[in-house]
Amino acid sequence: MITLNHYLLLSAMLFCIGLYGALAKKNAIAILISIELMLNAVNINLVAFTKYLTPGVFTGQIFAIFVIVVAACEVAIGLAIIVAIYRNRTTTIVENLDWLKW
Amino acid sequence: MSFPILSSILLAPVLGLLVILFIPQKEDKIIKIVAAIATGITVILSLWAFIAYDQEIGGVQFVERIPWVEKIGITYSLGVDGISLPLVLLTAIVIFTGVFASWDMEKRAKEFFIFLLALVAGVFGVFMTTDLFFFYLFFEVAVIPMYILIGVWGSTNKEYAAMKLTLYLLVGSAFVLIGIIAIYVYTGLGTFDIFTLTEQTYDVGFQKFVFFLFMIGFGFLVPMWPLHTWSPDGHVAAPTAVSMLHAGVLMKLGGYGLIRAGIFMFPEGARYWAPLIATLCIVNVVYGAMVAMAQKDLKFVIGYSSVSHMGYVLLGIAALNTLSISGAVAQMFAHGIMTALFFALVGNIYNKAHTRMIAEFGGLAIQMPRVAASFLIAGLASLGLPGLVNFVAEFSIFMGAFRVYKVLAILAISAIVITAIYVLRVFQKVFFGPRNPRWDHIQDAKGVELVPLVILCGVLIFLGFFPSYLMELINNGVDPFVQIYLNTPKVGGMY
Amino acid sequence: MVDSFGINLIWLVPLAPLIGFVLITFVTYRSRMLSALTAILSVAISFVLSLDVLRVILTHPEITMNNPLEKAVEWLKMNGLFIEMGALIDPLTSIMLFVVTFISLLVVIYSVGYMADDSRFSRFFSFLCLFVFSMLGLVISNNYFQMFVFWELVGLCSYLLIGFYFYKESASDACKKAFITNRVADFGFMIGVIILFIYFGTFNFGELAVAISNSQDLALLTLAGILVFIGPIGKSGQFPLHVWLPDAMEGPTPVSALIHAATMVAAGVYLLARGFILFASTTTVINLVAYVGGFTAIFAATIAITQRDYKRILAYSTLSQLGYMVMAIGVGSITAGMFHLTTHAFFKALMFLCAGSVIHALHKQDIFEMGGVFKDMKITAVTMIIGGLAIAGIPPFAGFWSKDEILLVTLENGYTGLYIIASLTAFLTAFYMFRLIFLVFFGEKRSDFEGHESPLTMTVPLMILAFFSIVGGFIGAPFLEKGFSSFIYFGEPHHPEPNLMIMGMSTIIAVAGIFLAWLIYIKKAISAEKIANQFKPIYTLLYNKYYIDEAYQWFFDKIVLNLSALCNLFDRYVVDGVAHSLAWIIRTTGTKGRYIHTGSLQTYALVLFAAIVVIVIFLAGPVVGGVQ
Repeated sequence: MITLNHYLLLSAMLFCIGLYGALAKKNAIAILISIELMLNAVNINLVAFTKYLTPGVFTGQIFAIFVIVVAACEVAIGLAIIVAIYRNRTTTIVENLDWLKW
Repeated sequence: MSFPILSSILLAPVLGLLVILFIPQKEDKIIKIVAAIATGITVILSLWAFIAYDQEIGGVQFVERIPWVEKIGITYSLGVDGISLPLVLLTAIVIFTGVFASWDMEKRAKEFFIFLLALVAGVFGVFMTTDLFFFYLFFEVAVIPMYILIGVWGSTNKEYAAMKLTLYLLVGSAFVLIGIIAIYVYTGLGTFDIFTLTEQTYDVGFQKFVFFLFMIGFGFLVPMWPLHTWSPDGHVAAPTAVSMLHAGVLMKLGGYGLIRAGIFMFPEGARYWAPLIATLCIVNVVYGAMVAMAQKDLKFVIGYSSVSHMGYVLLGIAALNTLSISGAVAQMFAHGIMTALFFALVGNIYNKAHTRMIAEFGGLAIQMPRVAASFLIAGLASLGLPGLVNFVAEFSIFMGAFRVYKVLAILAISAIVITAIYVLRVFQKVFFGPRNPRWDHIQDAKGVELVPLVILCGVLIFLGFFPSYLMELINNGVDPFVQIYLNTPKVGGMY
Repeated sequence: MVDSFGINLIWLVPLAPLIGFVLITFVTYRSRMLSALTAILSVAISFVLSLDVLRVILTHPEITMNNPLEKAVEWLKMNGLFIEMGALIDPLTSIMLFVVTFISLLVVIYSVGYMADDSRFSRFFSFLCLFVFSMLGLVISNNYFQMFVFWELVGLCSYLLIGFYFYKESASDACKKAFITNRVADFGFMIGVIILFIYFGTFNFGELAVAISNSQDLALLTLAGILVFIGPIGKSGQFPLHVWLPDAMEGPTPVSALIHAATMVAAGVYLLARGFILFASTTTVINLVAYVGGFTAIFAATIAITQRDYKRILAYSTLSQLGYMVMAIGVGSITAGMFHLTTHAFFKALMFLCAGSVIHALHKQDIFEMGGVFKDMKITAVTMIIGGLAIAGIPPFAGFWSKDEILLVTLENGYTGLYIIASLTAFLTAFYMFRLIFLVFFGEKRSDFEGHESPLTMTVPLMILAFFSIVGGFIGAPFLEKGFSSFIYFGEPHHPEPNLMIMGMSTIIAVAGIFLAWLIYIKKAISAEKIANQFKPIYTLLYNKYYIDEAYQWFFDKIVLNLSALCNLFDRYVVDGVAHSLAWIIRTTGTKGRYIHTGSLQTYALVLFAAIVVIVIFLAGPVVGGVQ
C-alpha cells in the first residue's frame, strides 16, 4: 500500500537532489535542470496532498499545471538568457558570472 | 455637472506631455509651442476659476469627486478655496512664464518639457486635491521629475544638488506619510477627505504627535531652519524654469500643507509647537538674509533670500490668527512670483554671460536696461517695498504676528533692513558702475524673453496697487477655519 | 461739502504725474520734446488743482486742522486689518500741496535746460513724475499706512534719481546708502505704525487723534511716538541718520533741489506736524524731537563751514535747516516749523538751482576752484545772493520771518538752551553761506573755466523762486492780523507778538556772520588757513564730518559683513556638515555591508534555503513539540 508518506518522501528526496544541484552545480544549464527537479517535487507534493486529503477537489492538480506552465516559461527564458550570456562570455560557468557583485 | 475646470487644469499639462511624447526630438520649436499652449490653458483656466470663485458663498468650490478605491475611502476629489486658489494661479503663472524662460533650451528639449509638465501636473494636484492620499501621491509625482530635471539639465554641482534635494524631500514626505496614516488609523472613518478629517476632534497627545510629524515633514519643504540647505543648492543647480517652479511653487507646498493639514486639523498641537516654529522661523528670516549677504553667486543670493522669505510664511503660520495666516498665504503667492522673476532674470543673464559670479559683473544696466529694471522690481519686491504685492503680504504677517510674538516680530521686521542691504548691494555690483566692455556683446532681453518679465512684473505691480483682489479672497478662505478651529471659546481667543 | 474742481478732483493731484510717468515710460520715451512736455503738463495739472485747493481752504476758514475735509476709499479689508487710501484736505495739506507742486513745476521746467545734453533725458522726466506722484500721495494721506506707503515710494524715487548717473561709482554708492539709511528709519516707523494700529485699531489721523487724547497709557504713547519719530529722523536727515543726504548730492542738481532740499526731506517735518498729537502726548517724545532737531541744526552747520563742494555745503545747510524745523515742532509750534518749511523750500530750491546753473556752466563743484563768476552769470549770482540773504535771515527776506518765529517760540516755550544753539546756528549759517557766495561769485578766478549764463528755461525758475524768497516771508510776518499762524496751528491759533529784541538780535547775528565771511574771504583780513592750522584737530574733525560715515562704514564692513560670512560658514560647515555626516554614516554602512554581497547566486540561494529551514523549524517547533 502506497500511502501519502511515500509520496512525500519521494518528493522530499527529489527536492533535495534538486536543491543540491542548484546550489552546487557550476554549469548554468545543470542548475536550470535542478530547479526543474525542485519544481517537479513540489508538483508531486501538491497532487499527492489533493489525492489523499481532499479527494474530489482538483486544486492541487490545477496548481501543478500552473507550475508546469511557469516552469516551461522559465526554461524558455532561462535558456535564452544562458545562450545570450554564452554568446557574450563564451561560458556558462556560474562562478564566472559574478557581475551582480558591486 | 458643470465644466470640470479643476480637472482640466490638472489634465492640460498631462495632455501636453502626451502630445510632446509623439513629436520628434528635432522639432523643438513645436515642442515648446505645445508646452506653451498647455500651460497657457492652465493660466486661462485658473484665472477663470479665480474670477468665477464666489466669495459670497466661500468655502470649497468647483468640487469634483470620483471614488477611486472605495474600500479604503480614497477619492479623486478636487476643490479649491481661498487658500488654495491663489496658489493654483501662482503655479499656472510660474509654469507659463517658465516655459518662455526656457525657450532657448536645446539639450534634449523634448524630455525636458515632458518632465517639466509632469512636475507641474503634480504640483497642481497637490494644491487642488481635497484628499490626503492624493495629496501625498501628487506630491511624490512632483518630486521625482525634479530629480531628473536637475540631474540632467542642471549646472554647478548638479548631481550633488539633485540627490540632496530628492533625499531631503523624500525624508520630509516620509514624515508626512506617517502622519497621514496615523490620522487615517486614528479616526477609523475610512476616509482621506481633508475637510471631514478636519472636523474630527483629536485628543491633545495625538495632536501634538501628528503636528510634530507634519511640522518636520513640511518643514523640510518650506524649508525651515535647519532643514533648509537643500534649497539653495537645488535652486542653484536647477535649470531656469525648474528653479522658477521650484522656488516659486514647490517650496509653497510645505506652507500650504502646514496650513491645510497642520494647524486647522490639529489646533492644539499647533498651539503647542507654534513657539518653536516661531523661533526657528526667525532664524530663517535673519540668518537666511545674513547668509544671502555673503554669497558670491547670483543664484545663491536668491536661494538664500528664499530661505529668508519663507521664514515670514512660517511666522505667519505660527502666529495662528486670521491676519497672519492670510499674510502667510499671500506671502507664498507674492514670493512665488517674485522669486520666479528673479530666476528668470538670472537665467537670462547666465545664458548670455555664462557666469553668475557677482564680482565679474558691473555696469550691466547699460547693456541690459530692461533686465536691470525688472531685476530692480524683483529686488524691491524682495525688500518689501510698498506698491508691490510682497509688502502687503509681509505687512499682514507682521501685523498678525506682532499681536502674539512681539519680540520675534520686531526681529523679523529688522530683516527688511538686512534684505535691503543685500539686495541693493547685489543690484549695485551687477548693474551699476562703469560700462564693462567685456559684456558689450550681451543683448538686452527681447522678444520671447520678455514674456516672463512683463507678466511677472505686471502681477507684482498690479496686485501691489490693488491687493484686495488677492487678500480678500485669501482672508475669505482662512477666516472661517480660524474662527472655528483656532478661536473656539474653550481654548480662549488668540487676541 | 465744498464744491470746487480742486477738491472734487483731489485724486488727480497725485494721479496726474503718475499718468505722466506711465506715458513717458511706455509711450513718449523716444521723443525728448514730448517727454518733457508730458512731464510739465502733468505736473502743471497738479499745480493748478493744488492752487484751487489752496484757494478753497483760504476762502473757507471753517476748514481747519481740527475740522478737515476727508475723502477715502477702502483699499484693503481683512479680519483684523482695515486700510483706506484717502485724501485729507486741511490748511496743512493745502500749503504743502502748493509748495510741492510749485517747486516741482519749476524744477521740471528747469530740468529741460539742465538735462538737455543727457542721453537719458526722457528717463529723467519719468522718474521726476514718479517722484511727484509719490510725494503728493504722501501729502494728501489721511492715515499712517498711506503715509508709510508713499514714504517708501519717495524713498524709491530718491534712490532712482540719486543713482541716475549709475555708471559713476560714487552715485551708485550714494543711492544705495540713501536707501539703506532710510530703510533703517522705516524699520522704526513701521513698528510704530503697527503698534498704533494694534492698540488703537485705526491708521486714520483723525481717529487716532481722538484715541490718543483719550489714552492714558503713557509708556505706550512714548514708545509709539519714538518709533514713529525714527521715520522723520531718517527721511529728514536728522542726527544720527543724516549721513545719506550729503552723499545724495551725487544725483543731478534739479533732483537735489527738488527732493533733497525742498520736498522729500521735508516730509519728515510734515509727518511731525501731521501726527503732532502723538509726539506731543508725552514730554519725553516732544523733548527728544526738540533736542534732536536742535542738535542736528548746529551739528550740520559746523560741518558746513569746512566743506569745499558747492552742493555738499548746501546739503549740510539743508540738514541744519531741517534741524531747525524739527526743533520748532519739538518746542511745540507746528506753525513755526511749517512756516520755515515753506520759506526754506523756496530759498533752498533756489540755491540748489543756482548751484545747478553754475555747475552746468563751469563743470566744477569745488568752490575753491571757482571765483569771480558774478560777471559771467549775473542772474544766477543775483538770485543766489538773494537766497543767501534769505537763509541768513536778513530782513525782509523770507528766511528772516520764519527763522525769527522759530527763535521766538523756542524762547517763549522756555527752551533757552535751544535758543542759544539756534542763534549760534544762525551765525554759522550766515557765515558758511556767504563764504560760499564770496568764494564762488567774487574775487579772482582760481582755475581755468568759461562762465556763461544759462538758458531761459533755467533762469526763469530762478527768478520766480527769488521773488518768492523775498516776499514769501510776509505771509507769516508777525504784524499780519491773519497770517500763517492763524492758518496752520495745533489746538488754538497762537499769534506771536512781534518781539523786536529777538528780531534785532537775529539780524545782528546774521550780519555778523556775513561780515566775518567778508573779512576772511574778500578782505582777507583774517587768513582762513591760519585759523584752520591753529585749530587743526577741530578742523580735521569737522572736515571729515565727525567721522560718522567712517564709523558706520566700519560697523558695516567689520561687523555686519563678518557676521554674514560667519553665518555662511556656519551654514556650509555646521548645518550642512550634520547632513553630510548623516549621509556619511549611511554610505559607510553600505560600503562595509557590500562585502556580504558575493555576487554568486548559489551562495545567495544557499543562505536563502538555510534561512527557510531555520524559520520552518522555529515555526514548526511548537506544533511538532521538538523545541520548547
